[in-house]
Amino acid sequence: MNEAQQAGLQIDWAGLAPMIIVFVAAFLGLLVEAAVPKGRRLVVQVSLAVLALAAAFAAVVLNAGKNSAAFEIEGVGIGSVVLDGPGLFLQGTLAMLAIIAVLLLAERRTTRGGDFVAEAAVVADSAADKAQRREDGATEIFPLTLFAVGGMMMFVTAGDLLTMFVALEMLSLPLYLLCGLAKRRRLISQEAALKYFLLGAFASAFYVYGMAMLYGFAGTVDLAGINQAGTDSGQPRMFLYIGVAMIAVAMLFKAAAVPFHMWTPDVYTGAPTPVTALMAACVKVAAFGGLLRVFNVGLASSAWDWHLILTVIAVATMLGGAIFAVTQRNIKRLLAYSSIANAGYLLIGVIALGEAVGQTMFYLAAYGFTVIAAFAVVSLVRDGDEEATHLARWAGLGKKSPGTAVVVTVLMLALAGLPFTSGFTAKFSLFTAALQADELGLVIVGVISSAILAFPYLKVVVLLWLNEPAPDAPTVNLPSPMAGTVVAAGVAATIILGVAPGFLLDIVDQASTFLNT
Amino acid sequence: MDEISYAPAEGLLSLAWLLIALPAFGAAVLLLAGRRADKWGHWLGVATIGGAFALALAMFSSLAGLDNKSANLDLFTILSVGDLDIEANLLFDPLSAVFCLLITGVGFLIHVYAVGYMSHDPGRRKFFAYFNLFAAAMLVLVLGGNYFMTFIGWEGVGLASYLLIAFWQLKPAAATAGKKAFLTNRVADVGFLLAMFTMIGALGTVDFAEVFNGAASLSTGMSLAIGLLLLAAACGKSGQFPFQTWLPDAMEGPTPVSALIHAATMVTAGVYLIARSHVIFSLNPDVQTAVVIVGALTLLFGAIVGCAKDDIKRVLAWSTVSQIGYMFLAVGLGGGAFALGIIHLLAHGFFKAGLFLGSGSVMHAMNDQTDIRRFGGLWRKMPLTYATFAAGWLAIIGLFPFSGFWTKDPIIASAFAREGWQGWVVGGAALLGAALTAFYMTRVFVLTFHGPKRWTPDVHPHESPAIMTVPLILLGLGSLGAGGLMASSVTTWLTPVFGESHEVHGHLSHAQVTVATTIVVVLGAGLGWFLFRGGTDEVPHAAAWPVRAARADLGGEAVNRGLFERPSRLAASASVAMDGRVVDGAVNGLSAAIGGTSRRLLVMQTGFVRSYALSILSGAVIVVAALMVVVIQ
Repeated sequence: MNEAQQAGLQIDWAGLAPMIIVFVAAFLGLLVEAAVPKGRRLVVQVSLAVLALAAAFAAVVLNAGKNSAAFEIEGVGIGSVVLDGPGLFLQGTLAMLAIIAVLLLAERRTTRGGDFVAEAAVVADSAADKAQRREDGATEIFPLTLFAVGGMMMFVTAGDLLTMFVALEMLSLPLYLLCGLAKRRRLISQEAALKYFLLGAFASAFYVYGMAMLYGFAGTVDLAGINQAGTDSGQPRMFLYIGVAMIAVAMLFKAAAVPFHMWTPDVYTGAPTPVTALMAACVKVAAFGGLLRVFNVGLASSAWDWHLILTVIAVATMLGGAIFAVTQRNIKRLLAYSSIANAGYLLIGVIALGEAVGQTMFYLAAYGFTVIAAFAVVSLVRDGDEEATHLARWAGLGKKSPGTAVVVTVLMLALAGLPFTSGFTAKFSLFTAALQADELGLVIVGVISSAILAFPYLKVVVLLWLNEPAPDAPTVNLPSPMAGTVVAAGVAATIILGVAPGFLLDIVDQASTFLNT
Repeated sequence: MDEISYAPAEGLLSLAWLLIALPAFGAAVLLLAGRRADKWGHWLGVATIGGAFALALAMFSSLAGLDNKSANLDLFTILSVGDLDIEANLLFDPLSAVFCLLITGVGFLIHVYAVGYMSHDPGRRKFFAYFNLFAAAMLVLVLGGNYFMTFIGWEGVGLASYLLIAFWQLKPAAATAGKKAFLTNRVADVGFLLAMFTMIGALGTVDFAEVFNGAASLSTGMSLAIGLLLLAAACGKSGQFPFQTWLPDAMEGPTPVSALIHAATMVTAGVYLIARSHVIFSLNPDVQTAVVIVGALTLLFGAIVGCAKDDIKRVLAWSTVSQIGYMFLAVGLGGGAFALGIIHLLAHGFFKAGLFLGSGSVMHAMNDQTDIRRFGGLWRKMPLTYATFAAGWLAIIGLFPFSGFWTKDPIIASAFAREGWQGWVVGGAALLGAALTAFYMTRVFVLTFHGPKRWTPDVHPHESPAIMTVPLILLGLGSLGAGGLMASSVTTWLTPVFGESHEVHGHLSHAQVTVATTIVVVLGAGLGWFLFRGGTDEVPHAAAWPVRAARADLGGEAVNRGLFERPSRLAASASVAMDGRVVDGAVNGLSAAIGGTSRRLLVMQTGFVRSYALSILSGAVIVVAALMVVVIQ
């Protein structure tokens, strides 16, 4: 018997397995970089990443139904990692979305060598940089992605602020790096990475400061303990409020809520499109998983205090994202602003607390699949070697590449929230839940915002089908099975969750209760 | 009444889905394969319907061996909400069996004919795709085991009919006719939908067996409502009064379409619907009277207008309207007459398909002209077409021993058997209709094939190729013999569906009716022959008001124009004005406002990290301040 067991520490290894698998695979990926010859690295890395994520998903499924802390001393849970319904569901969602994102990262056919640079350290636009455009992209992106995804999986199950902070950094750092690895438009890509890093660091500082305040108030960083302190702590409530505000700012930054959203369009546009897809889908899931947990578990007792300001932020985010999106001319920027507006809808789910946890998670899953497929399609439409992201270039795509245009149309209709797509079921169930939580005002704003946001999406559809293509219109590169799978899976999920959402709604319904609420 | 139950399908009968799947597969392949299938597509179309016919024959004989004569095949659940379950199930019983044979059998012959008829049309593959689609939808209609399935087929045939009427869509008349057929049918289909909603409201189901078994518990008002709504739907699909106007216009489609869809099968769907719902119709005498009135009125209406038309296909179309009137009359009379209506429907399917294909053969020979005033003396040039058209002519006017004699006379006799003054009125109408039918059909026949040649100079009539004449001959044989063969056998065959039929006795005996009918038919035909033996003027001459009224479709178009078109146009232009000024104004103003706001606010998106950080910082300050405000309060 070792010391830990003597101290009565029990560790739920099976419960930790998903994260362990992903992290171990990430480290193995680093070894692969050192040990496997260059030509074979891509195959090995992609298989390793996909297998690890699939295994992690399987492990999550095996854990389904758990409602306990992963670490217990003498039967009493320590909050650092919590295995409960929302945590497990979001871990599973992350694993699924990450598999798809990895396939997109691995796409090599649409452009030679892929979207990633071989040597990131080469000075942009120098002769060496031009020379390396013909080389295959770096394969370090796969272990980096696995680290980020592992961090996200930890983030959504973290039960105390400290673990959450570690997870936050773990998911952020690889992403900063990944943003700067685009092979084309190197300078914009590097600028995006730097902006994301600086602002991310800025936001992290807020987080640490808020954590300190909350510790001062509650004497613990455990979320359940903070909640308890909200009702019976003798400390001045000032600490609580400053703490809540700072933590909220940091997390709303990751979630891209107005006015903490400004990095989003620049980073989404500058990052390589597969990385943008990863951020739009997975980081969104992680950020809102964290927000849901912090507000439901840690701050439910002080709901009256933060309700107003969070409502204001939600309204600003919904309207701001939608209004900004209206005048966008670049598909990646359009999707970025739409992601901001969607953060607003998701905030309704956070504000509605327990009533809407399941529906918020459903929304995250539905949105994740759609948005990954949307970015995947963006990476297929090309002017020569570069992505044709300017919307004017997409005019008349329906005539030249009807298949792609149909896919884009389905995705745009889903993002606009039309019936028979997942976008509709997700919004409908989320807004219904919010109504049950007496958030009528937010729902009205949400519907207005959706109506505004439908305009730019439908404009894309009009552009695709009703305009004449330019003589030098971009070509749609035939994807390899990799990106093909991404698009197919995203579109299939979009339609299935729109037509027959019952099974997933049942699952989120069962998985909607946090431990310790 | 006995409980109605359908046995589960076994053995060969469980392949009922394949009947639908075959033509549906053909349609899918032809549509998806695109131009690649241009060379062989039509043969695939013929093969799938031929296969379906073979299967229908085999299923027909295996159904004959069953005791309860029914087979129900559950496929999957379409909808399950609360207490309402809608299954996708197929019902193969004697009624659907004879329809399947008619659709696939006559359909097969017309498909073969169309291979020749459409051989010079660049859109032949598309034509066969739609044709197969129609066959699949029609089979869903007659095989559906509940009203919802029937409705799916009902809408499917509507779609196929629209596509095929407007097949030559670049011809304005064809495009307009397609639209007209579609819109008229949509209006009538509302009746079907409302009938289903009423069933769901009153009985909680649309399943045939459950509806029929529960029908006895319906209140009089409910059964009246369901019956009248179903009747409205049936009238729309079958071109009955007051929805008759679309059917003659539908002749703008290729002639095989007129033969298959607008003569033999789809337009008889209304009769099928009433016959299938005979339990509901038998419950309420008022509904039955309504059906009888519609039938009697329409059969006269069609016959009168038919006398005044000069377009060979339009005469045949009005004659279809009129003959379906006879079928409605029969199924409205109820009891033993249900089977009579179905038998007349089957016989009509043969001879009317034959007549239409014959007219197509004539058009083929005459450079696609349809004006009977420019025909004449064609019997020498196209003897096969002449002989088969003659068979159809004899069949439709109903002289002994041809088809119509066996199927129309019993309907007239049953009409006379109705109680009280109604019997005299309805019977008299049916008898008058028979005389008119004999007159106008003889007119068409004589003007087309006999008398002096009145051809336009550029035509060189010739007999059609074998691929067109062989189906003609087969249908001609059917016209001659089918009625006599079916008269007793099909009545017995349909007994499990409609119950035992009893000999009816009324104002006139069957023998008296037969004699009277034969006399009026001979008179009508004789008059027609005498008047038109020497041809006719090539321009319409001034005529008395009945002829003028008949030429104007008895005012049907004028009513439509005054009652629907003009108010609709007014409403349309009003809403266009509303849309243009008020709605668009508001929308454009709003979008300009949002766009402007968007551009103004986006100025904040400077691209500088310092301003982004400032935004975050000010956001944080606001959040903290807001929370502090709460404290102070």
